[in-house]
Amino acid sequence: MILGQSSSSRIVSHAVLVTGAIIMAFPFLWMILASLTPQSEIFDGSLLPTPTLHGAIDNYGTALSAIPLLRFMANGFVVCLAILVLQIAIAIPCGYALAKLSFPGRPILLVGVLLGLLVPVQIPTIPIYIALAKSGLLDSYAALVLPWIISVFAIFLFRQFFVTFPDEVLDAARLDGFSELSIAWRIMLPAAWPAVVSFSIFSIVAHWNDLYWPMVVITNPDMMTASLGIAYFRQAGEGAGNVGALMAGGVLVTAPLVSFFLLMQKHFIRGLVLGRH
Amino acid sequence: MALANDIPLSSLAPNTAGSYRPARAQAQAGIILSVPATLLLVALVIGPAILVFFLSFTNASLGLAGIQFIGVANYTRMLTDPGFAQSLRNTALYVAVVVPTAIGWGLLVAVLIARSRFAVLYRTAYFLPVAASLVALATAWEAILHPSLGFANTLLQLLGASPVRFLSDPATAIYALAAIGVWQLVGFNMILFLAGLSTIPEELYEAATIDGADRGLKRFLLVTWPMLAPVTVFVTVMTIIRAFSVFETVAVLTQGGPMKSTSVVLYTFYEEGFRFFRVGYASAISVSFFVFVTFLSLVQMRVSERRARWKANGGQ
Repeated sequence: MILGQSSSSRIVSHAVLVTGAIIMAFPFLWMILASLTPQSEIFDGSLLPTPTLHGAIDNYGTALSAIPLLRFMANGFVVCLAILVLQIAIAIPCGYALAKLSFPGRPILLVGVLLGLLVPVQIPTIPIYIALAKSGLLDSYAALVLPWIISVFAIFLFRQFFVTFPDEVLDAARLDGFSELSIAWRIMLPAAWPAVVSFSIFSIVAHWNDLYWPMVVITNPDMMTASLGIAYFRQAGEGAGNVGALMAGGVLVTAPLVSFFLLMQKHFIRGLVLGRH
Repeated sequence: MALANDIPLSSLAPNTAGSYRPARAQAQAGIILSVPATLLLVALVIGPAILVFFLSFTNASLGLAGIQFIGVANYTRMLTDPGFAQSLRNTALYVAVVVPTAIGWGLLVAVLIARSRFAVLYRTAYFLPVAASLVALATAWEAILHPSLGFANTLLQLLGASPVRFLSDPATAIYALAAIGVWQLVGFNMILFLAGLSTIPEELYEAATIDGADRGLKRFLLVTWPMLAPVTVFVTVMTIIRAFSVFETVAVLTQGGPMKSTSVVLYTFYEEGFRFFRVGYASAISVSFFVFVTFLSLVQMRVSERRARWKANGGQ
């Protein structure tokens, strides 16, 4: 109980919360309604678009055929998955070494990781762009994936998780003949599972929704990710001016993450809050 | 002292791991496991960041051919260029609207939700914008804010007001973008405040009741607000950084227009660096951005450190 309760203050507080919740959910609702409404009837002066079956077929048909929306989403999926797998493959061994092994250069590496946490993601992008342009890699999956495969946040997160792991278990594993690499993969990775789940959600949401980097390195529509595809669809090609189809595209691009969020809210919130700290 | 005697000697050795693997083998394994990350950290984060710092003192363009050292000319240009001054003003205006609104609203929702029976439902609704694709939802906002026939203007006309050309009027465009920014940030701030609220001990509220602050605003001012101070500092810094980094809505909806009224710092950086390929100048912008963000993070760290020390010394 944060405030005292009386029935009138309760009603006011519900009214405030409900109004806000409607504002939060309204763009989603409008996007869904407009995606089901014939293009000519969306802006006909009525307050809300009125869905019809043939409007729905038209809009989703255009979104899937006239613009390569499935291609955009497949690109986005491949890119997110590649980034995530590489980020974890690189961060888990490093986090383990930083937490549990003593080796020359460890303090410097730890300082490097902490410094890396301070660098906003846009800062290194100019030199990386020049390097990609000079090696002819623009407009490729490599350009979309490579700059993000090192996550200092993941290294730091996993390291923090591993520090408290009991040394006795590691020693027992070493006695059983485990190599350090197999300890990292077969003992530490499963132990860090909650952190891995949180980080995965953060990473996938960040890269699925990212517009900045795809906008920098991609000009060929065949290579566009979901977010860039929607932005491109809005102002170019067959979709320009077709709000109904644009909203259908928006629904398709938004649906995967929002349904995941509704299914596993707790993990989602933990992942996103952790990631932006 | 008794405690220290209980610790086996081996754990005082410099090795953090046990003694079942010789130190040299362990050092070797440590290097092998951390080499990929180290190389990539240097190649993709720290190296490029240092390079950007040097590039900011040059007249570099995309090809880097004929690159010359020009001292602080890029920085003086930044300070004197009316275009950049405009984008700083726009960004400041955006931040000035978004930060207090997104924090105040987030706090209000958190305080009200904490005692609601429908907490989970409300939390879902408010967090929805954080999880969704901002690009897709920005296009929905654009249609809702359509200059003549959108939902917002239909509603205004029903209420007898005249229509507003939200995103296409230079006088209102930055505020329309700020409204979308607030919409996207409230849920995130709400979650952070909810976490903060859950750490306030119930006894403090009981004590406040005895002191006569038994409900409403009095309770809030006496207990909740002071106890939330560290979270509030953190949320404020986060929100300033996020608002200062506004990019997506500008890139998708206005491209800095109409009449430069929504050109903001990161969008200007993007245009200078990747459209006009003025690499040196764009580097100077990004170095300044980095300094600003780091300064804010350090302020936040100082404040929470000071508070922790005060607590450790017997503060509340």
